[in-house]
Formats: sequence, C-alpha cells, structure tokens
Amino acid sequence: MVNERVVLVTGGNRGIGQAIARRFAAAGHRVAITSRSGAADDTDGILVVNADVTDTASVDAAVSQIEETLGPVEILVSNAGITRDGLVLRMTDEDFTDVLDANLTGGFRVARRVSKSMMRNRWGRMIFISSIVGLGGQAGQANYAASKAGLIGLSKSLAKEFASRGITSNVVCPGPIETDMLMALTDEQRAAMLSVVPVGRLGQGDEIAAAVEFLASESAAFITGTVLPVDGGFSMG
Amino acid sequence: MSDNFERFKKCAVDVLSVDEAQVVPEATFESLDADSLDLVELVMALEEEFDVNVEEEELDGVNTIQAAYDLVVSKL
Ligand SMILES: NC(=O)c1ccc[n+]([C@@H]2O[C@H](COP(=O)([O-])OP(=O)(O)OC[C@H]3O[C@@H](n4cnc5c(N)ncnc54)[C@H](OP(=O)(O)O)[C@@H]3O)[C@@H](O)[C@H]2O)c1
Repeated sequence: MVNERVVLVTGGNRGIGQAIARRFAAAGHRVAITSRSGAADDTDGILVVNADVTDTASVDAAVSQIEETLGPVEILVSNAGITRDGLVLRMTDEDFTDVLDANLTGGFRVARRVSKSMMRNRWGRMIFISSIVGLGGQAGQANYAASKAGLIGLSKSLAKEFASRGITSNVVCPGPIETDMLMALTDEQRAAMLSVVPVGRLGQGDEIAAAVEFLASESAAFITGTVLPVDGGFSMG
Repeated sequence: MSDNFERFKKCAVDVLSVDEAQVVPEATFESLDADSLDLVELVMALEEEFDVNVEEEELDGVNTIQAAYDLVVSKL
C-alpha cells in the first residue's frame, strides 16, 4: 500500500513526463502536471495546471492552484525541458540562455517554490530529469548539456541544504528514450545512437518513471544527492 | 507583554517547535537549537504574520529573540 502523496510533474502532458505522471497516478498518488497550453490528452484523474517554468509568477500561480486543489506538493519531478541544437560557432546568446532558463533556472524556480512546504512538513522528494548528455557532453548541444549538467549541481546543493528536513534531492539521467523527440531522427541517426547503447534498444518512458518512483518512495529516504543514469548502459564507459 | 510579542512568540513556537516559556527576549537561537534554515523559516513566518519584508542582509548578527523581534517591529 502506498502512502498517498501529492506529486507535481512539470511538463507532464507528453513524453517522459506523461509516463511519470501516469505511473504515480496508477500507484494511487494525487498527481498534477503542468502544460503551457493548459491542455493535455488523456489525463484521467490527473490535475492539469497551466505553467511556464521560465516565468516565476506563472510557477507560483500553478503551485498555489495545486495546493488549493490537492494540498502541498510533496514530490516534485522537474522534467520540463527544451532543446535548441546547433554547433557552438553558430549558437547565439539567446539559443544558449533560453535553454538554460527553461531547463536549469526553470528547475530552480519550481524547487524553490515547493521547498517551503516540504520544509514545514519535514518530508519531501525532489527529482530532476537531466540527461546522459549532461554527463558526457554532446557536439551540437552545448546549451542543453550545460543546462543538464547544471541540474546536478543544483540538486546536490538542495540535497545538502535540506538534508536535515527529511527532503531528498536526486537526479535521473535518461539515455535515448522512445519519444517524439527521438522519433524525429532519421533511421541512420537512430542506428548510430543504438550502436553505443549496450542493451541495444531505445528505452521506454515508463522505464524512467520506474526509477523516479523508486527515488520518490519511502524506502529511498537514505538516498540523496545521487545521479542515476537509466540508459541501457550507455554512460558506463 | 505586548500583543505584537505574543504574535511573534506564536510564530517562534510553531516554527522552532519550542515551548512558549523558552521564547524570552534574551534566548539565543543557538540555545533554542535553531540553525540557519530555522531562522530563515521563522523570518518567512514573521513576514507573513506581520506583513513586512526582511532582506537577507538584515539577518546578519540577529542571534537572539530580542534582536529578531526588534527587527520585525522596526518595520511596522
Ligand atoms: N527523450 C529522450 O530521449 C530524453 C533523453 C534524456 C533526457 N530527456 C529529458 O527528459 C525530459 C522530458 O523529455 P521528453 O522527451 O519527454 O520531451 P518532450 O516530449 O519534448 O516534452 C517536453 C515537456 O517539457 C515541457 N516544457 C518545455 N518548456 C517548458 C516551459 N518553459 N514551461 C513548462 N513546460 C515546458 C513541454 O510542455 P509543452 O507541451 O507545453 O511544450 C513538454 O511537456 C526533458 O527534460 C528532456 O531533456 C529526454
């Protein structure tokens, strides 16, 4: 039996975030997701709130709405993210700072907003969805890799700052996962990617969700400040 | 004791999980087992209760109940 918690998954309206939200809902938690359009398909029992993580006031309003409807957020899954790929020589300042603002500062904004109530309740779980690209870098993704690596420093600092309050903070680094983002690649690009994944296939969103669910569980109370790749062995070197 | 101090005391009791009797002007936060995170939490509660704003720098050197109380009251 699960101890029913209030869960917020940012960017839970599609892709990996949606798989995470569904898994928590199926386990009996009260789940809210954010969506920039305010809409999401097939959200059985999941609360959809409107939020743009690049906007502090919007994050504040969304979390307030969740607090009023479901209660204070106890489990935060910071998943919203964007890419704007390009070689460094051709990357503009905006390409870089926009990605940092959404992926890294966005995670900070949401974490700061929910940490107050977690602190008060002496219980909380923060899980940041980074990427294997944040561990190893990637040509053409300097902005994205920097933002994803930044999440690791953010999470470890939160882990230390809130350790005495029963709040843990951890990072999950997905490898290539079967989502719209990856399906947009050509067959050749996908084959090249698979050749460096020992398990030899793409991951499923629910395989990321399973790791997130574990880190959010009561059993994971002694795990904090860690970085967990879920990548078919890609990052083991 | 003033009404304001009673409100202040209630915040301290709630946030720091201490007895009312411990919240006396000369008590240090150290003696109340309050760390820097507790102090930030207390200030957030006081900001809400008294509808005031306290800047991070103003907390420098605020080590006692009296000092924290004076800081808040100076803003009313
Ligand atoms: N797919 C992979 O193989 C892979 C690998 C490693 C890491 N990841 C990471 O996993 C996370 C989810 O990826 P995905 O593949 O599921 O991506 P996706 O399908 O592109 O979904 C991205 C989600 O983020 C939301 N989002 C983007 N910018 C936002 C903003 N400013 N405010 C609020 N929400 C915003 C989107 O909401 P809207 O619908 O409103 O745009 C959407 O829900 C991302 O952080 C990604 O970097 C993915």
